Amino acid sequence: MTLIALAAIERVFHLGETDVHALARIDLTIAAGEYVAVVGPSGSGKSTLLNLLGLLDQPTAGTYHLEGRDVTTLSPDEQAAVRSRRIGFVFQSFHLVPRLTAAENIALPMMLDGVPVVVREQRVRQALRDFGLDQRANHRPDELSGGQRQRVAIARATIMQPALLLADEPTGNLDRATGEEVVHLLEALNAQGMTLIVVTHDAALAARAGRQIMMEDGRVKSDVSHAASTTLTSV
Amino acid sequence: MQYTDILRFARDAATAYPLRTLLSVLAMAIGVASVVLLTALGDGARRYVVGQFSSLGSNLVIVLPGRSATGGFNPANGITTTPRDLTVDDAAALLRAPAVQRVAPLAVGTSEISAGGRVREVVAAGSTASFMAIRNFQLAQGRFLPEDDWRSSAPVAVIGMTIRNDIFGNQPAVGQLIRLGDRRVRVIGVLKSTGQGVGMNTDELVIVPVALAQALFNSNTLFRIMIQARGREQIEAAKAQATAIIKARHGGEEDVTVITQDAVLATFDKLLGALTAAVAGIAAISLLVAGVLVMNVMLVAVTQRKAEIGLIKALGARGSTIRQIFLTEAAMLSLAGAVTGYLLGQLGALILRQLFPVFPAYAPGWAVAAALMTALVTGLLFGILPARRAAQLDPVDALMRH
Repeated sequence: MTLIALAAIERVFHLGETDVHALARIDLTIAAGEYVAVVGPSGSGKSTLLNLLGLLDQPTAGTYHLEGRDVTTLSPDEQAAVRSRRIGFVFQSFHLVPRLTAAENIALPMMLDGVPVVVREQRVRQALRDFGLDQRANHRPDELSGGQRQRVAIARATIMQPALLLADEPTGNLDRATGEEVVHLLEALNAQGMTLIVVTHDAALAARAGRQIMMEDGRVKSDVSHAASTTLTSV
Repeated sequence: MQYTDILRFARDAATAYPLRTLLSVLAMAIGVASVVLLTALGDGARRYVVGQFSSLGSNLVIVLPGRSATGGFNPANGITTTPRDLTVDDAAALLRAPAVQRVAPLAVGTSEISAGGRVREVVAAGSTASFMAIRNFQLAQGRFLPEDDWRSSAPVAVIGMTIRNDIFGNQPAVGQLIRLGDRRVRVIGVLKSTGQGVGMNTDELVIVPVALAQALFNSNTLFRIMIQARGREQIEAAKAQATAIIKARHGGEEDVTVITQDAVLATFDKLLGALTAAVAGIAAISLLVAGVLVMNVMLVAVTQRKAEIGLIKALGARGSTIRQIFLTEAAMLSLAGAVTGYLLGQLGALILRQLFPVFPAYAPGWAVAAALMTALVTGLLFGILPARRAAQLDPVDALMRH
């Protein structure tokens, strides 16, 4: 089943007199449950692509269908609802709210969506168990290690059971071992059927994905898929 | 987002930056406190003056000798004939007026009082038995002047509390003989202490029958004639009748001034009420300043929490939700400031009342309500701009900053 269908997507930034084509006529289809790595040098447009996929940014031209629905024409509030229920974000710098505890950070998307407190508490408890954070529920981000912070962020990104998980350099601020741990966590979520799109500079991390999209100058330079088993051996 | 969640989120956000929150709450508190305290002062002054005038007696009409135009000094007054004096007979004639319940002539002069070797100067007032009812005097000991013929100059006196203490110390005063000027009079009563009032201080007053006073001062004129009308609605009638009677008695010339206590009271009431409102208005400017400060603080908060705003947008918060969060926070700051300021202001008024017990420094209800409303409204109004700015933040830009 097709989850994402981009058709002739363009994104132009106006920087003073010059127009910068961050994305130039991108056509891309991603099926539900895929594990995609987006790679490319800085300024290649991979972050812009991720922001567009996450409905944080609007294309200048082209259409974006998410789960068969044209989301480019939605009102800001409707897009917010899509972000809330269908899309999860994991950021390089975690983006946890410093004054909230781990449990409160995980509950944040549910709180914003108006989920009743009882349901929230139950789901947060489950998520804390799933991500091995039981003992850290009432700790604030500054009392957590980097790996724990990213686990909280992933728990938060997946608490609404989104169809699409977008990760922007998820291991960028972590040491190798912790990064590995976080990648396994994301891959486990992908194995459960969640579509995973990772933007990374890390060739080793990209190589683990079932499909690698190489970006350059706002275009897709190459788009390679292999069997998951072969990628695991190459690590 | 549920309202309880918005409240909790805004509260946590406010308490996460204690200094910033404290400062804006303080600014708002000072504004509200100054409105409460200053209006308490203004309204206290109004109540004090009104209270003092009311203590003169109720339904009071006062006849003064001489015509005084309300328009101030009129040179024409200077060339008319000298006004006729008010006499005890004038006062007695006023009893005929149907709207008049009681009349008390009043002759005032200074005299010397001595007893047991102590001497002091006093203000002596000559009047009649009805003086007590008209002026609402309370007796501490003994009785007031007897219901006599006004021409009788019985050698009796009612004295004020201060004089009683000065002359007799802790000896009993009632029944004692004292010397007043060149007369020997017997003290028959002592007035209850009332403190300083408008006009005469009754604590330092000696009241004797009007005929005795006139004999003492060697004069047959009166200082005032005090009239008590039969009721509040009869005051104007009593005034008109008194004027007519005196005019008839003075050969058709209107050479007296008749004032009603109500008119005097209303003037003071209006004057001091306006003063209170003016003071409240000045204090309200500080509320406006506090509102600007809350806006400033909220704008700083939006900048400080840019990443957080971007994040909750990414997590699916709608623009309206973000606006609500920031407006709620601004309202909380204002409310906390308003409540703190209200308590501070009331505390200040309480201290003021403790220090000056005669001064009724209570903030009027309208001022308190207006101060609290203004605080909330300015807080919310000045919260709109920061809240809009937060809601319009570009999430990509906000998240990139980190």
